[in-house]
Amino acid sequence: MLKTQASGWGSRLGLVLAMAGNAVGLGNFLRFPVQAVENGGGAFIIPYLVCFLLMGIPLLFVEWSVGRFGGNKGHHSTPFILDSMDKRALWKYIGVFGIFTNLAVAAYYCYLESWTLSYVWHSIADTFGGKTQGEVAGFFGNYVSVSSAEPIIFWVLCLFLNTWILSKGLSGGVEKAAKIGMPLLLLFGGFLAYKAITIHAGEDGALFDGTVGLDYLWTPDYSSIWDSKVWLAAAGQIFFTLSIGMGSIQCYASYVKSKDDIALNAMSAGWMNGFVEIVLGSAIIIPITVGYLGIDGMKELLSQGGGLGLGFKTLPYLFEQWGSLLGVIAGVAWFGLLFFAGITSSLAMGTPVMGFLTDEFGWKEKNAAWAFGFAVFLLGLPTVLFFNNGVFDEYDYWAGTVSLVVFAFVEIILFAWIFGMDKGWKEINQGADIKVPIVFKYIIKYVTPVLLGWVLINSIPDLVNTLNHKGSHENPGSQEKIDLYQDEEAMRKESDTLKTLLNAKEDFQPSFLSPNVVTDEQLMANKNITIPTYLLIKKERELEKIRTDIAYRNSKIEDEEKTMLYKNMSRLFLLALWLGIAYLVYLASKKLKLKKT
Amino acid sequence: MSTEGLSMMLVTEIIVTLITAYFFFKILFTKKIQETDSYTENDDEIVQ
Repeated sequence: MLKTQASGWGSRLGLVLAMAGNAVGLGNFLRFPVQAVENGGGAFIIPYLVCFLLMGIPLLFVEWSVGRFGGNKGHHSTPFILDSMDKRALWKYIGVFGIFTNLAVAAYYCYLESWTLSYVWHSIADTFGGKTQGEVAGFFGNYVSVSSAEPIIFWVLCLFLNTWILSKGLSGGVEKAAKIGMPLLLLFGGFLAYKAITIHAGEDGALFDGTVGLDYLWTPDYSSIWDSKVWLAAAGQIFFTLSIGMGSIQCYASYVKSKDDIALNAMSAGWMNGFVEIVLGSAIIIPITVGYLGIDGMKELLSQGGGLGLGFKTLPYLFEQWGSLLGVIAGVAWFGLLFFAGITSSLAMGTPVMGFLTDEFGWKEKNAAWAFGFAVFLLGLPTVLFFNNGVFDEYDYWAGTVSLVVFAFVEIILFAWIFGMDKGWKEINQGADIKVPIVFKYIIKYVTPVLLGWVLINSIPDLVNTLNHKGSHENPGSQEKIDLYQDEEAMRKESDTLKTLLNAKEDFQPSFLSPNVVTDEQLMANKNITIPTYLLIKKERELEKIRTDIAYRNSKIEDEEKTMLYKNMSRLFLLALWLGIAYLVYLASKKLKLKKT
Repeated sequence: MSTEGLSMMLVTEIIVTLITAYFFFKILFTKKIQETDSYTENDDEIVQ
């Protein structure tokens, strides 16, 4: 059967910008600088670039060529792209990850994206003007606890915007968004980086020059290079920043014609992401925060809320130090930049789902886009409503971390060892506008799988730990709770005995039991109380204090149990999503077989 | 800034910027290679 390609890229520049936009996300500005600061400063760039060369670029080549290969066989989503490379049924179901990850990540990522949209609005409305640092941080706390309808309104608006752009197709929607979003992102980033590095101590309340923060971030601690944790952090950063292992690169590349280049496109998009991350990402949050709060202040804030905390709780307050007009402009630039970084990535998450529905079930592009929007709404609702109960983090861990590494590892095995490296190398070089060094053939075959395996093995203890301690129904809190209740029971008995003894004493008054009414000093100075009564009151007060402490701990454990319930439900929800997609893949493959016969 | 920090930053950023610019300009100015074969009718079509 011959089928005309329904959708496609309007221009090569549009494709590269969309692909770079897919890679450039909030992590470029919020995650990378924090990783650098925590992993050896400037020395972090060495493992980072090594991992980029040995893992990032090879995986980009692989995903672009896998995508173009499958696209030319008429498939634009990973289950059937992988199926076109090897006919064994297993690969189709491995490919389920390429749809699952996009849907599950979009479910929480669109919520994050909606914060940026809301903060653009609040920057324009000057909501943060005249507020203290604590009040600005408190605003964020209130926002994510969904104490008003505002977060839901912005989230739905954001989902609508994503869906509407997707419904316009690749060239009419995604490409146009990238062509507008990427230049604006660079412009806003350039402006903020300039402002950050020109902060002068003593001006606008700054304690230090902006360059102090830059110096802190870039001064290399070479001893960190020998630490395997630093290499693991670098590999992780490369992985997440390039959006590899998701299935979105394959989908974008599947619309490239068989005789068109992918090698130069992959290099250009990959390095563009690197430029945004290294040059712009390192020059905004750390220099501004250090300029106003010092290195210790920045470290303390990082330990409390990481890069996300700095970006949403601290920066809006610090922008206000630049004056009301510049504060508004900086706020719009910062949250606008994060919004463009976010939307160009979330759009890429929609296309594999749309590709799957249009290719395999004959849906119209517009209907597929709205179906994606609706699915993200349903899946994202728990992350919005129960953000403080760990649902957001749970989605991020399973879909945005574990799933990516597993899929990328299996994918490179398929490409280099099952599809075959000779065939694969031919695919990479077909129509190439650059000569790809032959060394990459061996890196893809041997080095990248080993590196990915190493990342995977190193993430196993964390995975086991998450499953054992956080996911178990017999969580450690339960035993602690039983112990606490037993302690409390014994304490209540002791307290009753003491009270009986005290009531029997003639010099005792019930008001003596409350430290708020009669302080310890007043009690000691009261000459009407005999020593045994005084000692009994002191003991009773100590017991009361311990009882209050136990009640507090009990409530904390109850909160923890509630969080665990939500986390376990999230896991079941994600598992059901994966199985649901696998079932659709099964139906689609049955449909394909019927067509062929 | 310290000499170590400044040199690390400048070297890294210059290398990354030059490589990014090189590939980006190559994208902008590379002309599409004309196909050597005349059979281009199926380029936009997919065989299922």
